[in-house]
This record gives sequence, structure tokens and C-alpha cells, in this order.
Amino acid sequence: MSKHHVTTTINGEPMEFLCEAQQTMLDVLRDELHLTGSKEGCGSGDCGACTIILDGKLVCSCLMLGVEAEGRKVTTVEGIAMGDTLHPVQQKFLEHAALQCGFCTPGFIVAAKALLDENKNPTEEETRYWLAGNLCRCTGYDKIIRAVLDAAAVMRGEASA
Amino acid sequence: MSYLDKATLKVVGTRPIRPDGVDKVTGRANFGADMVMPGMLWGRIKRSPHAHARILGIDTAKALAHPGVKAVITRADFPDITPERAHIGTAPHNLRDLSRNCMAGGKVLYEGHAVAAVAATSPAIAEEALDLIEVKYEVLPYVMDVEAAMADGAPVLHDDIFTAGVEPKPAKPSNVAKMVRFAKGDVEAGFKEADLIVERRYTTQPVHQGYIEPHACLVSVGADGQTTIFSSSQGQFMVRSYTARICGGEIADIRAIPAEIGGGFGGKTIIYLEPLAYMLSKKSGRPVKMVMSREEVFRATGPTSGAVVEVKIGAKKDGHITAAQSILKYQAGAFPGSPVQQGCICGMAVYDFPNSLTVGYDVLSNRPKVAAYRAPGAPIGSFGVESCIDELAHALKIDPLKMREINGAKDGGKSTHGVTWNNIGYQKTLEAARAHEHLKTKLGPNQGRGIASGYWHNAGGESSASCHVNEDGTITVTEGHPDIGGSRASMAMMVAEVLGVPFENVRPVVGDTTAIGFSASTGGSRVTFAGGMAVTQAAEKVVEELKKRAAVIWDISPEAVEWKDGKAHPAGPNAGSFEPLDLPAIAAKSGRTGGPISAEVQINAQGQGPGFTTHICDVEVDRETGHVKVLRYTAIQDVGRAIHPSYVEGQMQGGVTQGIGWALSEEYIYDKEGRLENPGFLDYRMPVASDLPMIDTVMVEVPNPRHPFGARGVGEVPLVPPMAAVANAIFDATGVRLRDLPMSPPKLRAAFDAEQPKLAAE
Amino acid sequence: MPRVSYTAPATVDEAVKALASAAGLTKVLSGGTDLLVQLKSGRVKPDLIVDMKHIPGLIGIREEGGFFVIGAATPGVMISANEKLEHAFPGVVEGVDLIGSTQIQGRASIAGNLCNGSPAADSVPPVIAARGTAIVAGPKGRREVPVEAIVTGPGRTSLEKGEFVVEFRLPKPKPRQAGAYLRFIPRTEMDIAVVGVAVDVTLDAGGTCTDARVVLGAVAPTQLIVEEAAKALIGHKLDAETLAKLDAAAQKACKPITDKRGTIEYRTKIAGVLARRAAAIAFERAAARA
Repeated sequence: MSKHHVTTTINGEPMEFLCEAQQTMLDVLRDELHLTGSKEGCGSGDCGACTIILDGKLVCSCLMLGVEAEGRKVTTVEGIAMGDTLHPVQQKFLEHAALQCGFCTPGFIVAAKALLDENKNPTEEETRYWLAGNLCRCTGYDKIIRAVLDAAAVMRGEASA
Repeated sequence: MSYLDKATLKVVGTRPIRPDGVDKVTGRANFGADMVMPGMLWGRIKRSPHAHARILGIDTAKALAHPGVKAVITRADFPDITPERAHIGTAPHNLRDLSRNCMAGGKVLYEGHAVAAVAATSPAIAEEALDLIEVKYEVLPYVMDVEAAMADGAPVLHDDIFTAGVEPKPAKPSNVAKMVRFAKGDVEAGFKEADLIVERRYTTQPVHQGYIEPHACLVSVGADGQTTIFSSSQGQFMVRSYTARICGGEIADIRAIPAEIGGGFGGKTIIYLEPLAYMLSKKSGRPVKMVMSREEVFRATGPTSGAVVEVKIGAKKDGHITAAQSILKYQAGAFPGSPVQQGCICGMAVYDFPNSLTVGYDVLSNRPKVAAYRAPGAPIGSFGVESCIDELAHALKIDPLKMREINGAKDGGKSTHGVTWNNIGYQKTLEAARAHEHLKTKLGPNQGRGIASGYWHNAGGESSASCHVNEDGTITVTEGHPDIGGSRASMAMMVAEVLGVPFENVRPVVGDTTAIGFSASTGGSRVTFAGGMAVTQAAEKVVEELKKRAAVIWDISPEAVEWKDGKAHPAGPNAGSFEPLDLPAIAAKSGRTGGPISAEVQINAQGQGPGFTTHICDVEVDRETGHVKVLRYTAIQDVGRAIHPSYVEGQMQGGVTQGIGWALSEEYIYDKEGRLENPGFLDYRMPVASDLPMIDTVMVEVPNPRHPFGARGVGEVPLVPPMAAVANAIFDATGVRLRDLPMSPPKLRAAFDAEQPKLAAE
Repeated sequence: MPRVSYTAPATVDEAVKALASAAGLTKVLSGGTDLLVQLKSGRVKPDLIVDMKHIPGLIGIREEGGFFVIGAATPGVMISANEKLEHAFPGVVEGVDLIGSTQIQGRASIAGNLCNGSPAADSVPPVIAARGTAIVAGPKGRREVPVEAIVTGPGRTSLEKGEFVVEFRLPKPKPRQAGAYLRFIPRTEMDIAVVGVAVDVTLDAGGTCTDARVVLGAVAPTQLIVEEAAKALIGHKLDAETLAKLDAAAQKACKPITDKRGTIEYRTKIAGVLARRAAAIAFERAAARA
């Protein structure tokens, strides 16, 4: 079976890859493009460890075929920091110890960034519901929520970075 | 040296950013599935569709002939392990059982049991090859329920297992692999003295550790047997030795590199994939990568036991307990080894019962072999005991917290399993609970509050660590424990404290099996304790060496040098004679003063301090739907000394959350053929962010004087009380007592409906 | 995942041709949030996947005279963000919004939710309650079908070979008409509905119900339009007696199964509970409109 040639933009950079039709975007990111930051936790869209941003919308890359990236803009966890400057969400995750094993963290970082892009002042409840599709087994979510709310405050200019 | 005085500490007790943190928030950190090697193949496993069956034959010819397939393996490729060779050193697992769990031989013992594996040039081809493997089965009757498995006439899984712990040794094989028993005093006499006896039966279902990262490894076996294993596990030394024994290789030929690990909670203290990947790599001559799907994780890796817990407690009217008894029946799954012994011990250990008896049964059934899960056995035993204590307290009209103040473990008391307590913090957790603002807040309609306590003994054991002064005066600390919760930061903090340097100058490394001496696995809440002891001793040895080097530089006696604030100072008669020397200064001259400055330490840590905890939980119940909402949760724990408080809090919050899931929504659901119906995160329901409130933590510190910094293990005991705390809160809210986990909405609704006629009659 | 072929037609005609002429099993791809899960588990083994998202109009929301038209492949996040749509059909929007997580919302579509044929689909009861229709394109041209006629059983639709849903048409609400959708799940998010209930009511100026539709999900092989429940509401205000009749009618209509998500007894009781609660919300919303 011949492969599909896909042209796309990932983290602001034009990219091309070859893939078989049944390869998911997650498979392509990890196995073809060696962007292993996005993780497979379940392969069925229930854990959010594979979360990416597709044309501005939060999606599970395990539920998208690689071929569907044609002509689209993709952001992965590798594209959240700006060079060696961490995004406020990343910085606050570190300060609040909002990660233990760190496996779910890339998915949370991408999802939290998307939340704050859309809602500059989310409540605790809004944050919890937005992040309900990201499973964490280590932290109990407490420090994650605090980190996201603190990052939001920083981005609003109400708290120090 | 002792660093028990908190006031003198500069680094320990602060909250620096963990050294592996930036890699983890940017996606740069390498977990088990993230590595590649040139020529790499993909491995996949063929699994049994039957809960219990004899394997009559396996035909792999078509699979092997499929284009792109480079190797196929079955049980025949693995050496037999005799019972005499079933253990390695002090490792707890039976390798003969583990080998047959990794690859079934003769019989399949649970749905999902591995029967064959392939390695191919792409995942799609490997999966196609699985379909081409033909396995003939003779389906056998199976048994799932623990009491059904104990009954006469149950299908017996192993005809060479006779119940251990029973005299005389039974003549017939049994599904009861072991019986354990601990007793104190005379329970019969004790019950006679009681004014009131409560006797209840509690049941739980198997629950999975639920780590988000599925098992993954990459194994490369050279033609000469030299092997590299890259995998995520809770112990690279365990990976090395278990793979060697199961595959018939030499331990020294294997280099096991610990990947970052995406959660373990005990479930990754054994292996499933590495021996299979090893054999596939050996046969194909190429590296083989194997990653489990989430479905495979559920079907084939150990959950913890489901169980029956029968508790009987008698007390005087004033609340003093006169006797307590528990009978625990735990599912081991397909091979022996449930944590029933810990369940017996830990459920009872919270209290100084004058008379007590606990009996446990380790029972085989056609389910995946259970694996350790955070304080293995204790949460189940405590669900029974803590619920029963609550039932007794309510029957006596005594406040549940007071019940624990009266009967709880104290220094000088003796546990059911024969330990005399010394330097424990249980009463302090009760005092902190009593004083906490949480208890003073009012509850609304359909809301209730529950209290429960827990105990875990924590572990010590073997750890190695090395401490090196680099040429620029920075420090590298190498230890052998995979970091599952932020421990490497704590290691660096302890070393920085000993050396008197900033945390940022110390870089901790989790070394592979060739980089550091033997270290037992990450588990048992032992790393900060035992690993911390090892790194502290290594750093102290380095300090001694640094003082010697300063003495050489100054040409004075080494006894006349002291180390303070990260510098060597001349002391005694030479005080003030020389400028202090810091690490960069001494390091710069190390070649001329004796060579590299390094120390390596190997210990078998003793003196671990047990951990006690008390939890307070508020819930709100929807009586029409049976839905339970956790409104507020406070966990109060004796942590000894919090080396890095944020990560200690994190352990408490994580354990509480797993417990809430266990209490309300997590369970294995099987169909009539013994097949798992919910092998995924959709229907195996773990708590999500919107299910929970913030989780408040109170760290009580009763330092353990046997550890240089006073640390106790903290990671496991948080999972011990939550199920009873939630059950007790539901009772307080509704007057309805649930004794079967999970306490899911249909069960609550049914319980309310059953109460209705009574309420109507009143 | 097993190997498969993929095509992304640029027009409706191309899509019909691809579906009609394919030799083996063909599956339509909208958001993919059900299809990819089924591909991976091996439940479905198609030879060809036809991706509809490149066809103009398949993604988008527009008003056309007395109707709102929603493109079949429009993702949930676009539906929830459309204020006019939400004002007109709060029940539909809340049903769509309940499908899965934020990530699922970035892709999941009403057509996918409907044509997957799950009795527990969250968007379907409120769309039916709102009298939604589906525009189906096929080899014989286009036809308009009430949404309740699409699903014929678990995993089965009435669509013929070569047919697919192009868009949904929802008639704009009358004055004092509003809908609501509630579902019961064990957690607060991420679960498949154990029971789902949609209620759509039209009230007169005095608050008495003049028209109603009550649709149950997850309690029968397909969604159920419960006539007796509607009759309990029509001509009445939402008083205690009406609520009791509504509850009873909902319970009576249930034909649920016992599975890993709920028992027959439990689902039946909850259908009654949710019918009352959804009706209360629908009545309140309808009364608040001029």
C-alpha cells in the first residue's frame, strides 16, 4: 500500500512527511517526526496525554489520522516554549510542583495554554472542566489547577512571573 | 552526623524547582516508549481469549512467513526455571511464576495471558502476524470470585500448589496458596468482656494502579549476548536480574537503563515485556521495541486484589475496645502473591487492641496476577477495620475521632503483629485533626463528614549512591532509584545540605545498572529514606575527603580542618591563618592533592519509621441519583521530616485521589466468559479534575531519628484511609452504610430505596 | 491499527461516488472520535475511509429562512461558540457540549454522534426534541429525513450504500419554546450517558404547555420519543402532579439493558428523575422568552 505525502505546519515550521493512512497523527509525531513529547496513554481519546492544538482547537492526536494534517497548523508541547523561555504555564507548573512522574504533563501544558488563550480569567471550576479530558494519576490535580490559575494571573499582569 | 534540627537547615525543607522539571514541561524527557535504535523492530503479543484453558498447540509457521516478520516466540523459547532457582537474592518475586506469567506454558490462566509474540518491521505488520498465529485451546472451567475459588469443587489453577501456613500440609492442591495468622492476647476472652460487638462483612473489587504510561521497553541483544535494555520500571536492577533469570542469561551481560517512568504505584516493580523483547531481539538479531496498549495494560498487568474482609470488634460502653478480629480473603490472580499479609497487619496496626486476631488467605483465581499497588493490601484491610470502627462508634454514640484517640496506637503500645511502637506520630495526627478548622465547618442538607486513619510500615533496604566533585566544583550525585515522584530533587537537596552548597550546584542522576551499585527498587516508600541515607553518607565521605585536601593545600593536619557553609576552614591552632577554601578552589587542585574526589556508598538501610495518617472527608449525596460529590478533603500525616514539602504534599494528594476513585467508581467488570469488559479509561473510571475539590494537606513532623534528616516514607500511606473516609461520610450524610466497593450511584440508590419502607413505617 | 485506504473528496458528488462505488466496507470520517477508537479496537475493519471535512458546507453554521443549518461535520466547539444557535437551541448545544472532553469537542460532530448509532449519544435526543431533520445525499440525489429515522438500532442506520448526511436543519423556535438536555454519568465528565433525557416545550403566555417533546436516550436500542410523557405536559403547568405523571411516563417507556454502565432498574428510575429535572429547566427557559 503506498504512503501518503503530507505537507503541514508544526510549531510554526513547514514540515512534510510520509505516512500510511491508518497511522494516527500521534503515530506520525512520535515515530516519523520524532516529536516524542506527545504521549500515548490510552489511544482512545480518554486520557489527553496526546493533546495537540489543531488550527487553534484542542484535539487528541490519537484520534486524528496523520493524513488529516494536510494544510493544517499543528502545535505540540515542543512548540509551547519560546526558545529557552518557558511559557508562564510551564514555569508555574514547575514552581507549584504540578507534576510528579511528568507523563501527563505535556498534554496538560498544551490544554492549559489553549484555555488561557481563550479565557484570560477562568474560575477554578471552569479550569477543572476544561481539563477534565486530561487524566493525571499522580497529583490529584490540586497543584495543576493552582499552577494554571497562577499562570493566568501572570498573563493578566496581576502576579509576578 | 545528624541534621534533625530543622532550624539549622538551609536547603532541606525548601521548595526548589526539580532538576528534571524543564525537560518534563517541554516534552524533552525520555520515557520508555520514546527511544529508537537503528534497525529497530516492533514487537506485539498474542493473548489468550479464554480465562482458563489448556494450550494444545501453537502453529507459528504462517506468521513467520509473513513479509516483514523477523521473529516469533512462544514458551518453547524460554528456559524452564526450577523451584530451586525461583528466587534471586532478596528480591520478593518468584521468578518461576513470573516467567510463566510473561509467557504462558501449558495453560492460560486468565484472559489476556500472553501465548506468543512477534517482531516485525512495522506495528501494522506485527499485528497482521498475530492474526496468522494459530493456537488450539481446550477451554476449561474458570473461577473468578474469591470465595468460589476457595470452595470445594472449584476449578484448581495449579496442581502443584498446596496451602502454605497450614499444619499438617494438605494432601490436595488448592487455590488457597497461603494462610497467614497474627494474634495477640485472647480474642474470645476479649469479646466476652465487651458491652457491644459489631460484626460486619466488607467486599472490594480489583482496581488497577492506573499509571498513565503503558509498559514500554526497547531491548537490543548482541550476537555475543551483550544486551541493552531501555525501559521504564521501578527498578532497573530488578529489570536486569529478572530478565537475565527468565531468559537464561548472565546478569553482567545486561545493561538496564532506567527511562523516565510515567507512574508506577507498585505496578512496575515487576516486568512483563522485557523478557519477550529480549528473546525477539536475540532471535532476530535486531533491537525490538515493545509498548503495551491501554487494553493490554488492563487485561494482562496486575491490578491489586479484590477481597472479602470480615471484621468483628467488641468494646466497652466507654469506647475502650476489648477485642478485634479480621478475616481477609484476597485474590492473588493467576499466581500466588496477593498482599493479604500486609492487609492483615496494617488494618490492625492503627490500634492498640488488648486482644486481637487476624487471619488472611491468599487465593488464586483466573484473573491477571496481582501486582503491588501503593501500600499493597493495607487499603483493603483498612476499609474493613476503619468502617467497622466507625460503625462501632456510632452504635456506642461516641465521636469517631474520640474512638481513635482512646484506642489508637501510642508509643509503648504493641501491635497485633508483635511490634512495640517507638517514636510514632499517630496521636499527633489525631490532635491535628481535632484542632483543624475542617471539623468546625457546618454541613448542609445531604452532606456528611467521615474520618478514617491508616498505617504503612515503609521499607528500608539496599541502596547505593556516589558523590563526585567535578573539576569546576559542582557536584554530581548518582543514585540507583527511578524517580517516580520527584525524589531526585530530594536527593540533591540532602547532598547540598551536607556540603553546604546551593541546591543548583548539585546535579542528581539516576544511574543505569553499570553506573552505580545495586539498588533495590523504588517502592515501599523507601527512596527518600534509604536512598537519602546513602546519598547523605556519600556526601559526608566527600566532606571528609575535602577536608583532607584542604589540609594538604595548607600543609596542616586534617583534624585541624572543619567544613562549614560549603567551605573548608582552618580550625584549632590554625584558625584564621588561611582563607577558607570553597569547592571550586579545592577541585581545581584535586589532581595535585590526591586525585579525583569521589565517594561511593552501599547500604542496607535499617530503622525505617512507620507512617500514620488521619483523613477527614466531606461529601454531598444526591439521594435520587446516588451520585456522591466530594466537597472537601483534609489529609493529616506524620511525614517525619518533609525534605521537599511540595512533593510530600503531592504524594498525599495523589494517594487521596486514587482512594476516592477506589471508593466511588473504579472496578474491574467481567462478563460471563471471564473476559474483562472495561479495559480502557472510558469505563474504568478514574477521577478527573472536575470530580475533585482542592485537597488540603497537613504535614505533622515526628522525625525518625534513624534517618539523618528524620525522614519517614510518605508515598503510600495516603491511599490507606480514603475508602473508609468516604464510606463513613456517606453514612453521616444519609444514614446508609455501604460495605461493598465501589460505592457507585446504582448501589447508593438501591440502598436508599431499601431504606424507604423503614422510613415510611417510622 | 490495520491498514486502510483514505480519500478526501472535494464535493458532495465526489463523496457520493466514492461511497457508492467502493468494493469493500467504507466508513465516513467526520471528527473521527468514534471511528478511530473502533478502528483501533478492531471492532470495525473498513477498506476505505472517506473524509468529508474538505467539502464546502460540511463544516459551518448558517441561518436559512426559518431554520438553522448545521454542517454535518461541524465540530462541537464551533457549535458551542455560536451564540445565536445556543440561544435558539440551548438543549441541543448543551447536548453537543457534553460529548467527551474539550479535546473531543474540537472534533466531534452531530453527524458522527448520530450515525455511530449509539443509543447513548448525547446530541441526538435534543436534536430530535427540537424536530431536527437530516439532509442526506446519495446516488439518487438528496432527501430530508427526520433525525429519529436515521438510527435503526445500536450501530445501525437507515442510510443506504452511497449515502451520507450533509447537514442538519433545525426549525427556529417559536416564542416561548425552549429545550433542555440532561444526562446521568457516574463521574462529572468523560463518561458515556447512563441515561439521557431531552425535553422541548412551548408555553403560552400564562406558562401552560401547549406543545412538548420528550426524548429518552440510553434506555432503548434507539432514542425514544415518549408520546405519553409529552401528553403529561401538554395542557399543564409544571406542578407536582404533572411532574409525577411525567416521571411515570418516562419510566414506563424505558426498555433498557443491564450492561457495564447501568442496570435496568437503575436506568429506569433515573429516566424519571432526569425527565423531571430537564422539564423544569425547559419550562424555566421557555417562560423567560417573550
